[in-house]
Amino acid sequence: MSIPIRLQFTLKQGNFELTINENVEAQVLAVYGPSGAGKTSLLEAIAGWREPQSGEIEIGGRVLFAPAQHIRIPIRQRRIGYVPQDALLFPHLTVRRNISYGAPPHEAGTIDRVSAILEIAALADRRVSGLSGGERQRVALARALVTSPALLLMDEPLAAVDIARRQRILPYVRRVRDELNVPMVYVTHQASEARAIADHVLMLDEGRVVGRGTVDLLPT
Amino acid sequence: MTPELMQITIFTLAVALVATATLLVPGTLLAWLLARSEFPGKALLETVVSLPLVMPPVATGLILLWVFGTRGPFGGLGFEIIFTWKAVVLAMAIMGLPLLVRTARPGFEQVPRRYELMAESLGAGRLRVLWTITLPLALRSVIGGTLLAFSRALGEFGATVVVAGSIPGRTLTLPVAIYTATETGQDRQAAALLAISVTMAFGAVWVSNRLVYATSKNPG
Repeated sequence: MSIPIRLQFTLKQGNFELTINENVEAQVLAVYGPSGAGKTSLLEAIAGWREPQSGEIEIGGRVLFAPAQHIRIPIRQRRIGYVPQDALLFPHLTVRRNISYGAPPHEAGTIDRVSAILEIAALADRRVSGLSGGERQRVALARALVTSPALLLMDEPLAAVDIARRQRILPYVRRVRDELNVPMVYVTHQASEARAIADHVLMLDEGRVVGRGTVDLLPT
Repeated sequence: MTPELMQITIFTLAVALVATATLLVPGTLLAWLLARSEFPGKALLETVVSLPLVMPPVATGLILLWVFGTRGPFGGLGFEIIFTWKAVVLAMAIMGLPLLVRTARPGFEQVPRRYELMAESLGAGRLRVLWTITLPLALRSVIGGTLLAFSRALGEFGATVVVAGSIPGRTLTLPVAIYTATETGQDRQAAALLAISVTMAFGAVWVSNRLVYATSKNPG
């Protein structure tokens, strides 16, 4: 399912400035660029974790941020699922309680379905401190998905996983895309990863968009 | 232990427990508010909360006497406070409050803000974030601060003697009884009371220190 994503804003953090003026329709939009390009800042602005100084953010026809019109949708009402690079699992909760944290009441069916797709049902009673990098990413992904987000943000989900395991995790992300039909913004600095998962790409460098279009634009 | 010593010890423990329980919720909320919020008058509130730490306890007692005495602003509430066990609780709570707030606050500040943002992204409101994420992650500091406030309550003398006096069986606490025994030359009584007092204070401070030290080593 493709959704319209409108990002027009300026976000300043110290000496760094991220300026975006894009209007794309995509099922999976890859944000591709080197470290320090502003990829994570872009995700955090969409999630509401950082507030741009000006501009507008509109996802799937819903305006999330437009200070000129006095619109600032609170983080908890944005319906944006976020999987940060470090997964950010709650350290004091078990895997099961992490996954169900944002689930609406009586949604055991969704939790079971997502856990089955991501093959993490067996981890339910484990403490998160004992999970591997790949398991942490899948649990964080499940936790975001059970809230039925309008858009899923994934920040380099394979960065904390060793090369041998990357090929085993990517299929899970594809299953989320194909079986749960969740639109995504997928941040990566690996062109091959972006090609494997996304249909459109936004190329960022030093806080500016330096390329946009289908994934065919990406270097081979 | 004589029945008189037993009565004084049990009374002191009981009022210290009631005082600690009374300040637990407001003290914890105050510590969280100071750690996580910016608001007008914050610096003034921080100063006022800390005043009992640096002011002579007798002066604090005198202020309480004026405020809660029959001619004070809270004097006409319809129930007697001054020179009752409630005055002992009041003095202990006021003197213990800064210790709870100043110990719990760094615990709240050490909880990474990103955990709270993640909980909000999963749909949690501010109070749910506090109850399910921030408080459990800062729990050691809160317990440590509570134990310090409790041990301060056990040792409270100056404010207590002004607002509650030293009425045997009604308001006489361990520290006041030690003073009275010393003044009246009952050295054996004073030594026995001292031993009880030191043992209880040692236990509370030791446990509190273990908890706070473990927090500073392992904030997550």
